[in-house]
Amino acid sequence: MRKLIWLGLMAISVVCFSGEESIRLKDGPGKELVMNSCATCHSLDYIQMNSVFMNKKQWEATVNKMVKTFKAPVDEKDIPAIVEYLTNFYGVRQ
Amino acid sequence: SAVDPRLLGGAEKELPSGVLEEQVLEALPGKKPLIKKTYRAPNYETPVTYFEEIFTPNEAFFVRYHLSNIPMVDEKTWRLRIGGDAVERPLELSLDDLKKNFEQVEIVALCQCSGNRRGLMKPHVPGVQWGYGAMGNAKWKGVRLKDILNKAGIKANALEVVLNGADGPVLNEPDFVKSIPIWKALDENVILAYEMNDQPLPHWNGFPVRVVVPGWTATYWIKHIVSIDVVSQPYKGFWMATAYRLPLGKFPMVERFTSQETAVNTPITEIVVNSLMLHPRDKQIFRRGQVIEVKGLAWDAGYGIKMVEVSIDGGKTWREAELGKDYGRFSWRQWKYTFKADKKGKYVIMAKATNRIGQTQTFELIWNPAGYHHNVVQRVEINVV
Ligand code: HEC
Repeated sequence: MRKLIWLGLMAISVVCFSGEESIRLKDGPGKELVMNSCATCHSLDYIQMNSVFMNKKQWEATVNKMVKTFKAPVDEKDIPAIVEYLTNFYGVRQ
Repeated sequence: SAVDPRLLGGAEKELPSGVLEEQVLEALPGKKPLIKKTYRAPNYETPVTYFEEIFTPNEAFFVRYHLSNIPMVDEKTWRLRIGGDAVERPLELSLDDLKKNFEQVEIVALCQCSGNRRGLMKPHVPGVQWGYGAMGNAKWKGVRLKDILNKAGIKANALEVVLNGADGPVLNEPDFVKSIPIWKALDENVILAYEMNDQPLPHWNGFPVRVVVPGWTATYWIKHIVSIDVVSQPYKGFWMATAYRLPLGKFPMVERFTSQETAVNTPITEIVVNSLMLHPRDKQIFRRGQVIEVKGLAWDAGYGIKMVEVSIDGGKTWREAELGKDYGRFSWRQWKYTFKADKKGKYVIMAKATNRIGQTQTFELIWNPAGYHHNVVQRVEINVV
């Protein structure tokens, strides 16, 4: 699965960006979904870099920005699970 | 593999924890190892140790992209297209045309990302979490944008000049396209640069040609420029209308971009007056009787640095630092202040720059949602034993 995603990425990007294979998101429910939904246009370190300071509402706003403004191909019904993972592992509960 | 704090210049005290865990030193092809914020789009910060030099080396110059589709541009086939509804005669120019048919000019100018120091915002705001190094000073060589626009002929109704580079979206993200007001485009200091510090531009800094808008933040310094449109209506793309906005009235602004202002916000334009203390470093230890050199850099939007004041007692008293050589009003300026540490204990060192029109740094952060214009006076604590 991972292999396939990366192959897909190689086909899309014009220049190869080495290094990002080393990024490891934290294990937990939703991780695969986030990896599949969020790595098409940019590396996953965008998530780690923006932690830990956003609460659930702020992660929700960020994911919505990805979908509405940047046209991320993410299924509406997957958004809550993505936001849940991000808040659990890269956010603050408040 | 955390980044050595000496490369971060104190930013490590304020950056979000995720950044400190995630960022590493990593070299892009043709570059020195820089502080990697994100791999793709490539966002790499310059270690502050390079700021000891007046000109930031090309291989160490920071890299900032929003979108990751970044083609390698071939200078032989590269063409610059000049068009738009407010131009008389659309043009197409090769690199040879630029070099042979227009006057060559050189200017030293600081290139600073609008979001430099975003990672120091309190509370934090989402975006690239830059520390102190999303900036660099260079000597740029190229041709005046004004000369090119005049060759194409500008109609009386020209309002803005729209700048687009060869890089673009991966899927359907809004392309990174920016506009500047026509009066700014006609400013003699705004150039299309094909050399940086006497070398061709590095790929990651806009090869073969980028726009240089001295005094304004780097969002307008479009890399790999391929099209310039003179238009009679405000350009409404996402990166103008929504991104790069400041709340109206919170920051001092002389050069305003009125055709893009709304009732509540305005595009960011000028760089705010600022300074960076490079020495001493936080928590550094000295011996009593030692001569301590406080030094760093100061810059503004091009009005010129009038003075830098240094305090060694946490802001109670201030002394003027000595300014280094003036490389032009858009360059940063080195400064230095020395004192003898004749009593033991803790010293809180601060530096504050003021420009020739009286603008100065703030003591309290002016928080804004996009995290721009952090120019809070730095505080560095040293111990004399
Ligand atoms: C269709 C493209 C696309 C997809 C898919 C995408 N993003 Fe983004 N994302 C962007 C762009 C463009 C930016 C701005 C990058 C920059 O300025 O460096 C961005 C920036 C970010 C940022 C930085 C904060 C900000 O607002 O700029 C975070 C965090 C982020 N994305 C998380 C995600 C997550 C989580 C997902 C999956 C749900 C995702 N992205 C999917 C395009 C995308």
